[in-house]
Order: sequence, then structure tokens, then C-alpha cells
Amino acid sequence: MAFRPLAISTRTGASAAISVVALVFAALAAVASRAEFGSGLGSADWAAIRFTAMQALLSALISTLLAIPVARALARRRFWGRGVLVTLLGAPFILPVIVAVLGLLAVFGRAGWLNAGLSAIGMPTVSIYGLHGVVLAHVFFNLPLATRLLLQAWHTLPAERFRLAAQLNLTPRAVFLSLEWPMLRQIVPGVAALIFVICLTSFAVALTLGGGPRATTIELAIYQAFRFDFDLSRAALLSLVQLGLAGGAAVLALWIIPSVSLGGGRDRPLRRWDARGGWQRIPDILAIGTGAAFLLLPLCAVVWRGLLGLPATPTSVWLAAGTSIGVALTSVVILLALALPLAGWIASARQGGIEGVGLFGLAASPLMIGTGWFILINPVADPFALALPVTALVNALMGLPFVLRILVPPLRDTVQVYGRLSQSLGLQGWPLWRWVILPRLRPQIGFAAGLTGALSMGDLGVIALFADPDRTTLPLQMYRLMGSYQMEAASGAALILLGLSLGIFWAFDKGGRWHADA
Amino acid sequence: MKYLTLAATTFLATSAYADTPELVVYTYDSFVSDWGPGPVIEKAFEETCECDLKFVGMGDGAALLARLKLEGARSDADVVLGLDTSLIAAAKETGLFEPTSVTADYDLPIAWNDDSFVPYDWGYFAFVHGTDLTPPTNFKALADSDLKIVIQDPRSSTPGLGLLMWVKAAYGDDAPAIWEGLADNVVTVTKGWSEAYGLFLEGEADMVLSYTTSPAYHLIAEEDATKSAAAFDEGHYMQIEVVGKLSGSDQPDLADAFMQFMVSDAAQSVLPTTNWMYPAVIPADGLPKGFETLITPEKALLVPNDAVPALREKALAEWLSALSQ
Amino acid sequence: MLTLENVVITQDGFTLSADLSISPATKYAVIGPSGAGKSTLLGGLCGFIPITKGKLLWQGTDITDAAPGARPMTMLFQDNNLFPHLSVLQNVGLGLRPDLRLSKDDRAKVETALSRVGLADLATRKPGALSGGQQSRAALARVLVQARPLVLLDEPFAALGPALRNEMLDLVHELVTETKASLIMVTHAPEDVRRIADQVIFVANGHAAAPQPAAALMDNPPPELRAYLG
Repeated sequence: MAFRPLAISTRTGASAAISVVALVFAALAAVASRAEFGSGLGSADWAAIRFTAMQALLSALISTLLAIPVARALARRRFWGRGVLVTLLGAPFILPVIVAVLGLLAVFGRAGWLNAGLSAIGMPTVSIYGLHGVVLAHVFFNLPLATRLLLQAWHTLPAERFRLAAQLNLTPRAVFLSLEWPMLRQIVPGVAALIFVICLTSFAVALTLGGGPRATTIELAIYQAFRFDFDLSRAALLSLVQLGLAGGAAVLALWIIPSVSLGGGRDRPLRRWDARGGWQRIPDILAIGTGAAFLLLPLCAVVWRGLLGLPATPTSVWLAAGTSIGVALTSVVILLALALPLAGWIASARQGGIEGVGLFGLAASPLMIGTGWFILINPVADPFALALPVTALVNALMGLPFVLRILVPPLRDTVQVYGRLSQSLGLQGWPLWRWVILPRLRPQIGFAAGLTGALSMGDLGVIALFADPDRTTLPLQMYRLMGSYQMEAASGAALILLGLSLGIFWAFDKGGRWHADA
Repeated sequence: MKYLTLAATTFLATSAYADTPELVVYTYDSFVSDWGPGPVIEKAFEETCECDLKFVGMGDGAALLARLKLEGARSDADVVLGLDTSLIAAAKETGLFEPTSVTADYDLPIAWNDDSFVPYDWGYFAFVHGTDLTPPTNFKALADSDLKIVIQDPRSSTPGLGLLMWVKAAYGDDAPAIWEGLADNVVTVTKGWSEAYGLFLEGEADMVLSYTTSPAYHLIAEEDATKSAAAFDEGHYMQIEVVGKLSGSDQPDLADAFMQFMVSDAAQSVLPTTNWMYPAVIPADGLPKGFETLITPEKALLVPNDAVPALREKALAEWLSALSQ
Repeated sequence: MLTLENVVITQDGFTLSADLSISPATKYAVIGPSGAGKSTLLGGLCGFIPITKGKLLWQGTDITDAAPGARPMTMLFQDNNLFPHLSVLQNVGLGLRPDLRLSKDDRAKVETALSRVGLADLATRKPGALSGGQQSRAALARVLVQARPLVLLDEPFAALGPALRNEMLDLVHELVTETKASLIMVTHAPEDVRRIADQVIFVANGHAAAPQPAAALMDNPPPELRAYLG
């Protein structure tokens, strides 16, 4: 015990982990406690489980693999608009599902730009609907996230290493093998597992782009069990399967991550000397260009539509926007309170398995958590009064795995590099966080807070289960507009949502990187 | 002294507040949105009732029922507004609803004789399309055409379930064959009405499952006459939306007054242009201008409330197997 | 007095044994071939590497399992002796108060130490803006404010040029003399030994020999040491 590399208290980390698990399982237990009869899982449910696992696996693999060249290119190149592009990478991920789907369809749909272009040059049109459409949409959502996570990892490679590589005149291939590949081996499995879990709970995207009931996911089956059959035992059972799949992915990915430190640098500004040759620019330009077009075109559609709809947007949308900002900021606070001790614990542990805890909140069906907590809260308090705090909490839980993914690797490095020095100075507890960990991790904390805030802004979340008309969030207000034929006003609301989410993301991210070189 | 005054004022304010009875009405989300009937109806009813009417919006009709089942007899709600004919049997099974004496001279295509639920508006499901195409006149013609349609999933949406019952009511045991014919026309299936309608407006499909009254919205609110609903000669399936009183209500009289209000002229004249459905009782001034342009189905289809649950199970299995090929 | 009673230090399958004691206000050089276990010895003393057998005693008190920060010693590593995100003043201040709540007195102590090592004007700089020699001085200023009875150096000046290194060694010599601390310094260079050490601990083949007077040993090395010195 005496020889842990850094005196980070495991107690706070462990209690954060226990809170997360308890939050999820309390909800599950509450749902199960109200189950009256058990119908078990039918063949349709097993088909849904198979489809869910397959689409999530494909989406995770493709998103991660495509993110590698894009992130590599972004890490190597400095160009005008790079900062904006990196910020915009956060956008697809935080868009409400229906907005993103409409944006994608504006490009890839039957009447979309792609097919208009194809038929203009006499080519046969393509259909987006089917498994490939589901994967395409999930890649649209998650490629940017994967790219950001990988880019972050690329930035943790110390400048000294690249200097050494430049010194030795290493070929790009050698740079990749000696510097980048070891880093990727550490980062990629976690990123893939994360995306797999995100895609597990997909419902509306999978159904809409999957083109029909073939594309039934577990989440849809859970929804059906809650809403149409009111079969709580089946809902609980399906939620368990969903958690089980996520757990399996987490275990698989996290245990193969080698816990090797990438070593420390001296905080020199990052400069790259490799890959300067003219011909080497081409793949990078291609990667960035294709990635940007894939992400930005649907976004442009969203923005364009939103601008048209903005005048039709009622004032209630702005009120809802205020509420949403409050929820988002609360989520950030809750999240950091959970994630930092948890990350500290994970980083100083030998095995990475604990990180799987973070995936729990994300893998659990939001409908299940919402319903479970509704059952728990209802007898003791007015669920409406707790609507916003519960929404903030659930949104924070969803952000947890991303944030752990962001915080753990640099925290592990900090432990490796400054652990001995901190220990020899007797730094522990709050001073250790205050003077060593927080300042070392500031860029990552800013990124994580921005991501969570934005995610919380854009998520419909459990508010739909609790909401009363006086306190709605922006996404809910947007759905209400759509439900009242107000598609234009809803587009305007979506644009406001996009703007605010990106604003929150940008503010935190910028705040974190301000005066930080990494 | 100051504190005492403050405390006294607070106390008075609270007791004054407590003297105003509060009526809690659970309803679906779009009812309470700025554009829905909620705000107008709340204002109009509060002028007559000397009470505080509180709408609580949550999802759709199915979400309402699920919520009631979760809350059981402890529910704060006095009235539930927005269940429809396909949910009535399941709602009654909960035993949470109280029979009511409220009634009215309904203008419904069918006779209404349920003792617990009061219908406030209704509509026919229909496929909405742009006026630039010649619509098919029945499901068989639709299946034979190259037209693309967007529909809603019956497992997650009320119109989706309506379509399921429509085909079943019109074709009975031949329903699977109809669905197999339709499979290649279905572009995709969405979670709810909003998504499907949004896709249709974006040009992703030629037709979308909605209501015969949808074109009235475009005509009246947007002065856009380019949308129409296809009249099917098998008849159109109906959706009747109802309001009911919970036995656990602490304001039973107020609840009755509200339900009576919902079928009065004041509420009924608001519904057509906010909820975009037919009023259950045609108001004295008649239907709003523009409604006369809508198609009027020759035959109204409706599966009896108590037969819905069993039929739904069977129809859903047929639908799944036909569209999962 | 620090006593190593039949100590065995184990790290990743490598073991180092030692049975010796360190006298107050004495300067020791630890020398020996690469990989012989010099750094392991210091890691064991500081508490970063477990002592698997034997006892480590400080003034008769068992500190075998004490946390690194709770031992009567301060250590400078080969690298990463300063936090790059903190100013020189804060880095030195950590030696006094791990929570950096520096009182007026503490501040004065830090400033005195910085003047003592010649960094008074650079107190607000971050380590990245300092030269290698200045970074070493900053780390030494912290050793000074910590004022622990034992100072352990693991080749902290290896990267500096000969003149600068001698300057640093002289500074270390002065500082430990002022604070009456004992110095244990790992080094590769025989001239360092002659410059600063009173005693030499020769480490070879997984064993740290008992200290011997430096001058005599260097003038007349035993065969193993002779082989190492070349």
C-alpha cells in the first residue's frame, strides 16, 4: 500500500464510483420492484439485441478508424480556421437527434444534395435507409468525438519526442511506429468502446435511418415495454442486457489498454518537424477536407434552415434556453465532482477496469433511469420540483465516460511524471489537486466541462418524463414546436440550441487552454 | 416588527393561494405548447372557475397512460386529457378513472356511449401528400404504386398504431398481404409523428401518415394550399381524443366543470385551429374557414375500444414480420 | 544517524542489499557501474521502492514503511524536479507548505533561499523560462527551505556542463554545510567524488558496501572499483 505512485485518496474516488453504480442500479431495482408479471425475452427481443450489438460495433469501428487519419492530419497541420474546425467537431455530437437526422437527410436523403448531384450527372441515386444509413449517422455523430479524443491524445505526445524524431530524420512511417502507434494503442480501444456504448442506446436514429422495424434496437424495445406494453419486468430485463453489452465492451477494451506512460515533457510549445514534404500534405489535406465536408455539410443545412426559421421562433424558446443553460452548468458541476476523484482513482490504480464504471451511466437506458428515479422520488417528493436537478444529474452521468476518457490518460501521465516529486514534498489531499493535478489537467478539464455542458444542453434527457409547462428545456421546447406543426420555428430553436451548445463548449474549452500550450 | 409584518404577509399570501383550488390536468406535450390549445383554454377556463388550472405535459397519449400506471392512486392529477380510443381499454383496466355525468350532443361519425371518458376532438388518419401528385384511392393502389411513404412505428407512436388498426379494420385477415405490398413503398418508419412529418416536409417521401385535417393547418396558418390528404375508399380509421377524471382527484366537481368546459363552445371553437382536429361538438359558428376543403371519408373505421388490446398484439406481429423481410 | 539494518530493496526482480549507517553532517558519494543499483538504493531510502527485508532506522525510530514525504530527507531526481506550471517561488514554497499557504515568514524564507542560490530576480518565472543551471538552483533553493537532515541527490546535474556542474556541486556543498545535513549523492564522475565527498558507498553486484573514506579509497581503489574507474 505504501508504494502507490501518488497519494491520491482512493476513498473519494471509490465513493464517486459507488454513487454512479448506485444511481443506475437503484433505478433498475425500482423498475423491477414494480414489475408485475414476467414475460421474458421473445425472439423479437433477441433480434433487437443482435441488431443493436452489430450496428454499435460497426459504428464504433468505422468511427474510430476514420478518426485516426483525420486526427493525425489535424495534429500535424496548422492552417487558417483550424481552431474553428476543431470547435465545430463538437457540434454533431451535441445536436438533438432529430435535428441531426434532418441535417443528414438534407445531404444524403432521397431529395438530398448528394442524390441531386448524382442524378444531375446521370448517375443512379443512392438510398441512405438501411444498416449503412444507421452506421453513417452514428459515424456522423461520433467521428468528431473520436477525432477530438485522439487529437487530445496526440497533443499529449511531448514536443521533445517530435524534436528527437526530427533530429533522427525519421520517416513518417517511422514516426508513426515509434511515437504515434504506442499512443494509439493506448487510446483507441477506449474510444471505440465508448462509441460502442453510445450507439447501444440509439433509438430514433437507428429506427429512422434503418428504414423500418428491421432496425429495432434494445432501446426501442425498452421504450415499447415502458410505453405500450407497460411490461416493467421486460423493460428491466432489456435494460440489464444493455448494461451487460456495455459492460462486456468496457471490460474487453479497458483491459487491453496498456498502462504505459507516454512520458513527460517540459511544456514546450508543440511544434512538428515531420511530414513537411509536399507530397505528404496530400493525404492530410484529403483527410481534413473529406472529414470537414462530411461533418459540415449537414451542419450547414441545419444552420441554413435555422436562419430561415429564426424569425418564427417564439419567446418561450429563449426562456427555455435560459433553463437549459442552468441545467448545463449544473451538470458540469456534478460531473466534475464525480469525474475528478474517479479519474484520480483510476489513474493511480494498476488496472484500467474501474473506468468501466463510467460507462454505466451512459449505457443505462435514459428512459429506465428516468422511470426508476420517478418511482423512487414520487412517494417522497414532487417529481416536478426535482425535474431540473434530476435532468442535470442524468446528463452528467451520460457525460462521465467521455470525461473519464479525456481525464484519465493525462492524469496517469501526471502521476507517472510528478508522482515522486509530489510524494517527496508530502503533497496530498486538496493541495495535491490544487497545485499539481488541476493545473496539469486544465486543458482537459476545460474540454471535458465544455463537452458535458454542450451535451447536457442538447439532450432531451429525462426532462420529458418530469417536465411541467413552466420549466422546459430548449430541446423539449423544440420537440413541442415540431409536434405543433411549427417545423420552421423548431428549426430556429435548433439553431439557437446549436449556437448555445457550441458557445458553452467553446467557452470552457478555451478557458482550459488559455495560457496552456498543450 | 418588520419580520412580523413580513411573516403575516407571507401567511396571508399563502392562505389566499390555498383558497384558490388547483386543478391538475395531465396532457400530451403538443397540447401545452405555445401553439397548442393549452394556453388559450387555460385562460378561458380560469376566467370562469376561480381556480388555478395547471397543465402538465408529458410525451404523448401512451406516455400519459404509462405515467398514470406508475403513479397509481397517488397521482396528483385530477384530470387526464389526451388518451385516445386505442388506449381507453388499457386506461379503464387501471381502475383509476371515475365515471362522469358530463355529456354533450356530439358530432362524431359514430355513437359515443362511454361513461368515463368525454371526447373533445377527433380526426381521421390519412396519408398527406403534395397536390402535385395524383393520390392512390386505397391501400392496394398505394402498394402497387411507386409512391414512397413515411409512417410511424406502432410501438412508439399513436398514429403508427392507428395505421396498424386501420389496415386491420379494413382488411382483417388479409392485412399481412397489404403490409407485404406496402413494404417497398415504406421509405422508413419513425419514432413519432414529428419526425415523420418533418421528413415528409423535407421531401424524403411523397406521402406521410397524418390526419385528414393536416392540410387545414397549411392552408389556414401558412396560407399554403399545396398539401392534401388522400381519400381511401376502404374508409379511414378514426382517432377520438378523450378527457377523463381520476377517482383520486381532490377536486371532483372542478374536474367535472373542466370536462364540461372542454365540450363547450369556448373550448371547441379553439381546438380546430390549435390542435388541428375536428371538434367533438361543432361550435355555433361552425368549422373554421378552410375546413370545408378537407376530404370527408365516406366510411369511418373504428375498432371497438375493448377489442383493441387483443387485435393490436396480432396486428403488430403481422406488421413486424411483413416489414422485417 | 540513519541506519540500514540488513536491508533488502526489491524492484522488478532486482534486489539490492545494504547494511550500513549514515552519520550526521557527512557527505557520501554513491558510485558504481551502471545498473548496479545506485538509484535503487536512493529509491529505497526515500520510500519509492519497497524495502522487503530488514529495517531502516532514523535516530532509532523505524521508518521502513513511512511515506516518502514523512521521512527526514529531501531528494533531487535526475529530472522532473520542478512543476512546470508553477512559478519558481511556488516551487520552492512547496518545500515549506505543501498547501502553499505561505505566511509572511514563509515567504521571507523562500525569498532568502532564492537569493542564496542567486535567483532572487527570477522568482515569478516558470521553470520553462529558466536555463538548466537556473532550474537546478531553483531545486536547490527548495532543498534549502526544506532543511531536512538528509539530502539525496540522484545525478541531478548530469545534464549540465563541467563548469556549471562544479558550480552546482560547490553550491550543494555550501548548502549542506550550512544546514548541517548529510548528503548522499549518486555520481558517475570520480572528480565529483574528490570535489565533495567525505565517504564513498560503492555499489556493485546488488550490494551496497559500507562507506569508506573517500580520499583513501580513490587513491588506492580495490580491484572492483579500479575496474569501474578504468
